[in-house]
Parts: sequence; C-alpha cells; structure tokens
Amino acid sequence: MSQLIYPLPGGVHPPENKQQSLQSALRAAIIPKQLVLPLSQHIGAPAHAIVNVGDRVLAGQMVAKPNGVFSAAIHASSSGEVVAIEDRPLAHPSGMPGPCIVINCDGEDRWQELTPCISPFELSNDELLTKIRDAGIAGMGGAGFPAAVKLKPPVNAQISTLILNGTECEPYITADDVLMQTRAKDILFGSLVLAKLLQHPETILVGVEDNKPKAIVALEQALADLKADKSHGALNLQDLNNISIVSFPTEYPSGGEKQLIQILTNKEVPSGGLPAHIGVVLQNVGTTTAIWDAVRFGKPLVERITTVVGESLKEQGNTLVRIGTPSEDVLASFGFNPEHCERLIAGGPMMGFSLDDIRAPLVKTSNCLLAPSPQEMPAPPMEQACIRCGQCAEACPASLLPQQLYWYSRSKDHEKLEAHNIMDCIECGACSFVCPSNIPLVQYYRASKGDIRQTAIDKEKSDRSRARFEFRQTRIDKAEAEKEAKRAARKQAAEAAKAKAALAKAADPTSTESTNQAATPQSDLVAAAVARAQAQQADPTEQLAKFERALSSAENRRDNAQSKWQECEEAEADLKSKLESRVKQAQLRVDEAAKKLTQFKAEQKSAASVTTAANTAAPDQTPAVDMNDPVAAAIAKAQARNAMSPGDKLAASLSSLETRLAKSEEKLAAAKSDGDDTKAEALQLGLDKLQQKIAVVQQEIAEHKSTALAEPKIAKPAPAKELDAAAAAIEKAKSRAAASATMSPEEKHQAQIESLKKRLQKAEDRLAKAEQENDENVGAFKAGADKLREKLAQLEA
Amino acid sequence: MTELLNSDFSPLIIALFVLGGLALVFGAILGFAAVKYKVEGDPIVEQLDSLLPQTQCGQCGHPGCRPYAEGIANGEEINKCPPGGQETINAIAGLLGVDAPELDAEHGTEAELPTVAYIREDECIGCTKCIQACPMDAILGAAKQMHTVIVDECTGCDLCVEPCPVDCIDMIEVGTTLRSWKWQLPEPLEKISHMNESIIATDAPKAGGQAS
Repeated sequence: MSQLIYPLPGGVHPPENKQQSLQSALRAAIIPKQLVLPLSQHIGAPAHAIVNVGDRVLAGQMVAKPNGVFSAAIHASSSGEVVAIEDRPLAHPSGMPGPCIVINCDGEDRWQELTPCISPFELSNDELLTKIRDAGIAGMGGAGFPAAVKLKPPVNAQISTLILNGTECEPYITADDVLMQTRAKDILFGSLVLAKLLQHPETILVGVEDNKPKAIVALEQALADLKADKSHGALNLQDLNNISIVSFPTEYPSGGEKQLIQILTNKEVPSGGLPAHIGVVLQNVGTTTAIWDAVRFGKPLVERITTVVGESLKEQGNTLVRIGTPSEDVLASFGFNPEHCERLIAGGPMMGFSLDDIRAPLVKTSNCLLAPSPQEMPAPPMEQACIRCGQCAEACPASLLPQQLYWYSRSKDHEKLEAHNIMDCIECGACSFVCPSNIPLVQYYRASKGDIRQTAIDKEKSDRSRARFEFRQTRIDKAEAEKEAKRAARKQAAEAAKAKAALAKAADPTSTESTNQAATPQSDLVAAAVARAQAQQADPTEQLAKFERALSSAENRRDNAQSKWQECEEAEADLKSKLESRVKQAQLRVDEAAKKLTQFKAEQKSAASVTTAANTAAPDQTPAVDMNDPVAAAIAKAQARNAMSPGDKLAASLSSLETRLAKSEEKLAAAKSDGDDTKAEALQLGLDKLQQKIAVVQQEIAEHKSTALAEPKIAKPAPAKELDAAAAAIEKAKSRAAASATMSPEEKHQAQIESLKKRLQKAEDRLAKAEQENDENVGAFKAGADKLREKLAQLEA
Repeated sequence: MTELLNSDFSPLIIALFVLGGLALVFGAILGFAAVKYKVEGDPIVEQLDSLLPQTQCGQCGHPGCRPYAEGIANGEEINKCPPGGQETINAIAGLLGVDAPELDAEHGTEAELPTVAYIREDECIGCTKCIQACPMDAILGAAKQMHTVIVDECTGCDLCVEPCPVDCIDMIEVGTTLRSWKWQLPEPLEKISHMNESIIATDAPKAGGQAS
C-alpha cells in the first residue's frame, strides 16, 4: 500500500548529527542515589503529592495523583524512601526551581505488584482510559500533553486518521529511532489500542523520516509478523490492515504535530484549533509504547529512552532512564567532562533550552541531553540588523511572515502580532536557523507570545476585578437602600405612636373632668363657670392666634407696599399716590389689628381675672356677668350713635322730636275733648317747646347740609351706618389722600382758604341772626367765628 | 434651445430627474441607517475602562477605574494611573489619538512588580476594617476572627494597609512562578552593536590612523 505524501511549506535541512548516538546499543537504566520527581512534568495542573516525607515507596507506586482532568499522575521509578517534598532545580527554560518529591533510592529497585491484562482489547474504552490515566502518561514527544485527554476527543469529532509520530526531525536525537528499532511490535500493539479508543479510524499511519531506515524496516517487519501471526485472536484485523508505515524525505520540522498531519493528509489544522477538529489524532511512538505497557502490563510511565550526546562525553548513545534521575548521574554514566562543555542543552539544538543546573532531573518529556563541546556548537554569532532578505518567510513551516513578526515584536505591537497569527508559530527555529543576520527570531516570538498570554491573563483578571467591584458596589447600594427603608419605616412607626399618644391624651382630660364633675357636685353654678372659663380659654387662644396672624399679615402687607412705594418713587404721580394710599391703608389695617389685638388681650386678661374670680368665688359670678350685659348694650348703642354722621344724628333727633310732637298733639286733642283744661294747658306748653326744638333741629340740618355741600373734599360722605369706624376712617383717608394727591399744594391751600371763607361767612351769618334773635348762644357763635377768622388769616399769610 | 425646452423628454430634464431621484433614495437610506444604527451612550468610556487595570485603587483621585474612564472621556489627563503605568498610558493615548505623556508622579509611581496584600495572621485582631476597605471583597474574615487575603483576587491596591490598626498587612511582591514565567525579549540590537563596535570595516575606530 503506497501512501501519498504531501509537501511541507518551508522547512530547513540542518546537519542531522544522528550517527553519534546510534553507534552503541541501548543501555539499561541506572539506579541513581536519589530520584527527584517534579510534580509538574506535563502541560496542565501540577500533580498532587500523596506521599509524606519518610514514606517508603516501591517502584511503580503512585506518589502524586493528577490534580484535575488536565493533569497526570507521577510514580516512583525505583524503590526507596521519600526524604523531601520541596523545591528543586528543574529542567525548565526559566531555570527556576519547582516542587519535587525527592526519593532516596535503596538500590533494590523493588517493584510493587503490577496487574497485567492479557487481553486489553477486550476492555472497555473507559477501562482503557482509566489505565492510561493511572499510568500517568503524558506526551513524550516534547509537550507533555496528558494522553488520556488527547484520546478522549470531542464527542462530535469523528476521528478518521490516527497518526503515530516517529519522525524525530531534530538533529542529534535518536531516542524514538532506537525505540522503533527495539520495540516495533509494542508500538503497533499500542496503535491498535489507540485505534480501539478512537472508534477505529479508517487509516492508521506511522510516519517515519527516511533517515531512519532501520526503524522503518523494523516496523514493517513487525507489521508483517502481526498480520501473519494468527495467535492474536482478539486483535481487530481491520485496524491491523489499516496500519501503514509511511516514510518521507527528511526535512526539519516535519515532526511537528501540525506539520506531520499536513505531510501525511494534506490537511491543515485550523488556527487555534486541534487536530481532532479535522478528524486526526497524533501520538508519539514513545507515548504509544507507554500506553501499551500500561494497558498490557499495568506498568506506569517510570522510564523512557533518552539520547545522551555531545563531544564533551566519552561515550554517546541512547539509554533508558528512570524518570527523575538527575542529569548529572546520567551524564556521569556517559563519561561527562564538564570542562569540555560550555553549556548543557535539554532537548535538541533547534528547540532545546540551556540547562543551568546539572542536577535538574530528567522527566517524561526529556528526549535528549546534549553536552556539546564549544567547537561542536559555538556560541551564536552576534545579532545584526535585518536585511529583509525574506529567507525566514521561505523557511517558515507555518507559512507565517517572520520578518513582520520580528518588527512587531520589537515594537511590542501585540495587536499586529495577533493579526499576523503569531500564536500559530510552533517555535521550531527554522527562521532563526536561516537568518543571515543571526537574529534570534524565535526568542522574539516566544517573548511576544508570553507577553500576549500575560496580557490576556491580566485582562481576564481585570475583568473579574471589575465584576467583583461592581458587584460589591451594588451590594453596598442595596444594603444602604435597605437601611434607608428601615429608617423610614421606623420613623413612620414613631409618628404613628406619637399620634396615638396624642389622641389618648386628648381623650384623657375629658374623662378626668367628668370624674371631677362627679366628684365635686357642689353646685351647677360652679360647673357652669368652670366650663365657661374653659371654653373661653380654648376659644381665646384661637382668637388670639387669629389676631396675631392678622397683625403679622397686615404688617407684611404694609412692608410690601412700602418697599414697592420706595421702588416706584420716581414713577408717575398717580401710581405713587395709589401706592401711598395702599401703604396708608395697610398702615390703618395694621393699627386696627394691633388695636384689636391689644383690646382683645385686655379683654382676655379681664376674662382671665373673671374666671379666676369665678373659680374662687363662683356664686358671685352670675350677677357680674348679667351686669355686664346692659353695659355692653349701652356701649354698643353709644358706638352706633358715634358711628352716625352729624347729619344723620340730626335727622334722627328730628324724627324722634316729630314723633313726640305728634304724640303730644294727640294727647292735647284728647285732653281738650275730655275738658281737662289744666292738662291741656300743660300739654300745649310742651307742644310749643317741642315745635321750637324741631325748628332748631331743622335749621341745624339745613346748616349741616350746606356745609356738607360746601366741602367737596369729602367727595363721598362716609356711609357711616354701613361701615364701622375703622372702615370710615380708611375711606376718609383714602379720599383725602386721593384728593390731596390730585391737587398741587397751592391748589390745596386755595381750596382750604375757600372753604374756610365759606365757613366764616356762614358763622358770621349765624352770629348776626343770633344777635337779632337775642339767642343765648351768641357768645359761642362769636368765639367760633373768631377762630375761623384767625385760621383764615393764618392760611392767607 | 427652444426645441430643448419644449421637448418633454429632453436629456437634460431626464438627467435632473434621475439625479434628484437618486439623491432622494440615498438620503432616505442614510436617514434610515442613522436611526437604525444609532450608537447608544458613549462607547469611549467602555473602551477606556477596559484599558484601565481595574485595581480600583483610587490613586487617580476617582473612586474606581470607571469614574476615571469617565473623567478621561471628559478631558482629564490620561497619566494618573500608576498601577497601569506607562503601558496603560500608551494604550489610552493610542485609543484617543494623542501623545502619550509620562506618568504623573503626583499620583504615585509605577511598581516594578505587582504586589498583593498579605496579613500577618498572628497579629490580626479581627477588626474587619480591612475587609470594609477592600474594593475587591478579597479579604476573608469576621469580627474577632483572623482575616486572610484571597491572593488570586487581590489587585494590590494598598487600600487595606492604612485602615489596619495593628499594621499587620504587608504588600508583598508577586514573584514569577514556573507557570507565570515567560521568555524575555533579546537584548535590543542597538545595545549589542554599541558594545561591539567593529562589526564591519566602516565601524572601526577612525582615530589613530593605524591601518589594520
């Protein structure tokens, strides 16, 4: 069966240097004095130690269990005692120490009992996966990807191709070559186990570069043997027939996962995707052998083949090593001369890294220890400026643009780097290898990739921080709102309680009063007085408040008007006068209110004294109150009389005189008819007097009318009967103000003189009349006329 | 000319109508798009906020990163964030299209390494003051119980140090671990070539006149 192969973009042909380590046979593993088992030998979470310091362990015993799915178990590779679980130097590019389980080997290499399985193909997939997981198998090609995870591809991904990677394209390294030569059959058995786990893919390809002819022969022989051997009844013949050994031209880096898939299937793994996404699973031949060991013999991954090579070693070759063996022990067994070695490299010359500490242990992924002499591997020449030759782009197996990536790496332009798919760089070093300016391009990409990953981690952390902060903020706000609501509720409750208490208080006094009434049934009078006093007390406070309010509002109004007046002083005259009048009006009201208030206060005081008097001497109260009534009536009457204008007063007296005259005429007529002469005479006298009086009053009325007419100032005679004194005063003030406002001072003066002249004229007339009639009032008339004359003289002067 | 004006379907009239019609159609489309794809709010604040380090430390004078983002959107200086450092300033400058200024030392200096708070638990009296101060809810504890910092959530904002009445909180630098370790960029080319001057013939020292 001839399998097509496809070309790989890019690629380089570095010196292979594989012969050195292929000269001698594979060595058995040494038992070092001390095993150092790092807890993190794989991609994913570090394993979790399950032994304690002082525990004795057997070879093959699990000392650390996987911590989660993405992890792998670790087993003791020889028997001994756990002496420490601590940080030890690691085979890591950082040169940093990491947690390790340290076992002092007892040299006996006693194994714990293994549980082999004669027919692993009859086990279920889950059982197989458990065995693989328990054996702590991680990818042995370089990355250390936990095998159990890789063999459980996404449920919806149908795996059509299984590829076994026996390419081993790195110079110097021959570990897989030797493995394929020595254990070809086990590799094929392992691939059948994988095929079972992956639901029997259509094709199973074992890819080997054509620079390993012995390995190819061994594999083909083993395949033919398996096909010929009918004793393996349990084998799936279909899977066996699907296996094909594919050899292809040597080229670096054809052993990369994505590159090998491309060479053998012409399919490209999508950027950021997994091979399973295109129906391919790829396993290293070493991993496949370890899987077979695990499922067939129950043997965990405790040893592997490592190439120990370099000119600073006396012997070079491949050896089985126990996982955890310190590098120095392995190197020592090959006659390592530190003086001839400038630097020790873990891995190959293309992708390996310098090992700073010779004590660093070999781990599951250690396929090579390179101890070159300075002549063999001189220090890298000095970096020079990029000459833009483009050789790197030609060499790149991932079809990237290394030159662009270099520029963007230098300028730390992560956005551009990601746009140029730096994450698809497999760090193979082909670009650095071809660079005529010796620019360590891969180092730039590695650093940039690290930065980008770090940025992503930081971003994730900052997003989480933001979420936490915002959550805290909303929590605090919520708590605050709740507190506020509680406070409001408390306040409301307190108010309700207060209102209730007030209600209860209001209800209380009446009850006490009633009890008082019941308790002191002295007399109804006392009770009435008390009730009256209380009523007065209750009412007056209200009234007092009302008056006070009125006063303050009036004061306010006055102030308002005053301020307005001041504002408008320069405004038009009528407006000014209006405002002035308003001010006056307001002032009047204020006065009135104040008066009322004081009056009221005085009344209240007296009332209070009355009540106290009533309280002390209750029986005297009633007459006092009764007496008050006629007095009040008289006052009211007098007030009413006061309120009348003089004209009205005269009219009223005239009408009363006329009624009296009419009555006395009736009486006279009656007396005359009765023949009572004396009575008639007296009545006649009274009648005459009355008539005289009426005449006087009529004259007075006439006089009054004439004066009223003569005084136009009083444009509107005060309607005294309707308005009270205050209102009349206001009206008067208003009209006077209006009149004075419209008149100029001279006019006013003239008008006054005019009116005074008139009045003087009248007074003189009256005086003359009185002198003619020999009236008794002549003196008074004279005095009045004199006064008027005096006033007139004053005004005219 | 008269013929042109008299003709109902003269090319000029047709052209006018066609162009006018197109203008109306495109105007309608643009108007519709303006309404349909209207951007709500100010997206620049979101973008700025995503660039800030979210330590919520308040060193910029704002009570959190988002208020500072709003401040920047309203024209505030962009160099007030010490935890973000020059990198954040550059990123914001790039976003806003302005020159990146130096970090304003008034608000603090950029830490060399990130730090996290660490409570010396023997000395903690359980006063909960640091818990109240932590903007991240990253401190665990209760009254009269020992407190401890959830390191993964701590942003190293420093705000818990000051309220501690017994000064038992230290800010410790977060060292590189095996997992957080990353490759460093090679030494800049300029530095190297300066160290080794004679790379090519013209780089050789000119003084001395000694022909090699």
